[in-house]
Amino acid sequence: MDLFLSLAIIGGLGLLFGGLLAFAAQRFAVEEDPRVETICDLLPGANCGACGFPGCINFAENIVKGSVNINSCIPGGKAVCDSICEVMGVASAALETKLVAEVCCIGSAAVAPDRFEYHGVKDCKAAMAYSGGFKACAYGCLGLGTCAGCCPFDALHMGADGLPVVDLERCTGCGICVKACPRNIIRVVTADRHGKYVPCNSKDRGKVVREVCEVGCIGDKACVKACPRGAITVTDNLAVIDSAKCDDCGKCVPACRRNIIKDVIKTHH
Amino acid sequence: MELLAIIFVAILANNIVLNQFLGICPFLGVSKRIETSLGMGMAVIFVMTLAAIVTWIVDILLLVPFGLTYLRTIAFILIIAALVQFVEIVLKKTNPTLFRALGIYLPLITTNCTILGVAILNVQAAHNIIETIVYAIATAIGFTIALVIMAGIRERLELANVPGLLRGAAVTLVSAGILSLAFMGFIGIVTL
Repeated sequence: MDLFLSLAIIGGLGLLFGGLLAFAAQRFAVEEDPRVETICDLLPGANCGACGFPGCINFAENIVKGSVNINSCIPGGKAVCDSICEVMGVASAALETKLVAEVCCIGSAAVAPDRFEYHGVKDCKAAMAYSGGFKACAYGCLGLGTCAGCCPFDALHMGADGLPVVDLERCTGCGICVKACPRNIIRVVTADRHGKYVPCNSKDRGKVVREVCEVGCIGDKACVKACPRGAITVTDNLAVIDSAKCDDCGKCVPACRRNIIKDVIKTHH
Repeated sequence: MELLAIIFVAILANNIVLNQFLGICPFLGVSKRIETSLGMGMAVIFVMTLAAIVTWIVDILLLVPFGLTYLRTIAFILIIAALVQFVEIVLKKTNPTLFRALGIYLPLITTNCTILGVAILNVQAAHNIIETIVYAIATAIGFTIALVIMAGIRERLELANVPGLLRGAAVTLVSAGILSLAFMGFIGIVTL
């Protein structure tokens, strides 16, 4: 008797709950567009936020809704965009150019000294909060690696000189490090750019730059005069080379009194 | 007065995590950030109260009258699992935001031993339905408090200069031990 009773009660409970769940599954069925799942699987899955949404799943939902450009996934690039276009049945709208991060400071501790010793939290934002940062140059890299720590693609590492180095093979140009750097020394550029660039971020006047850094741009316009194509402009005491106009002739390199104009860093194919 | 004593004992003096050592897994697993620990706490409060009510009803109406109290464990596990699944389905439809916020924690509660623990403790203490509900809510609040305090400690530990030897799991367990020691201080203030 006991046997049947226990069978009946546990079996009954099981049946009841099974029925309840079956009913609930039908009654509360959520109709999900199967394309959301498919698109989410195609995306890189780093949840980096470069598209403007909190995660890949939210981006996928908005693609299906049609409220966002399909090419907004920067890390995925052309390949991902093409496959999403295939799922959505639209013509490819991929951005042709790959984007990468570029570090605009070469002022390592050896050439750009500190104002004071800092023993706080190893984080650039925390260091900035303390009297505006320990580096004498108010624009230079603090070198505590906040940018490297936040890269979702493991493409940014701190080099031996204490400055971040971009791994161009891995970098997707998502721009997370740009937002993370409290001194704005990183920018996103196209990977197929060419010519020279000025790896400095200092908007200080020449006299100040000379005092705090051996490799900072002093904005004396020597390079502007040397450039035959008018590709270099100086704004706020900082020379900027327009890579669209630059033909890589190299005349600005010897003209620079601080010898800091470099070839842009490119991947080796 | 009786109910106040239950609340005090369940939250502080006999905290489910720090004094009874149930639910250590989510206590260590979901206490990295205050935000997620609060989410987990809310899910536990919700599920624990529901589970305590349903298990109490099943125990009183089915198991005790038919002399089947030896089936308590399997019956309660069945109820808790089905209940969590049900809540998951309903929540997904009615409140997708909360569903996504709870994320993996909701299904994890199925195997959370605090839920089964509270259901069984209720039956053993012969609580009536009011006491059952109060005890379940108070226990879940105690769980949430333990989780949030731990998350606060761990958020600070991340910025602290911890000796290399202790970094990671070791310092977490040591702080959990000290926290438990602190909660032991409440024992004896109220006796049931």
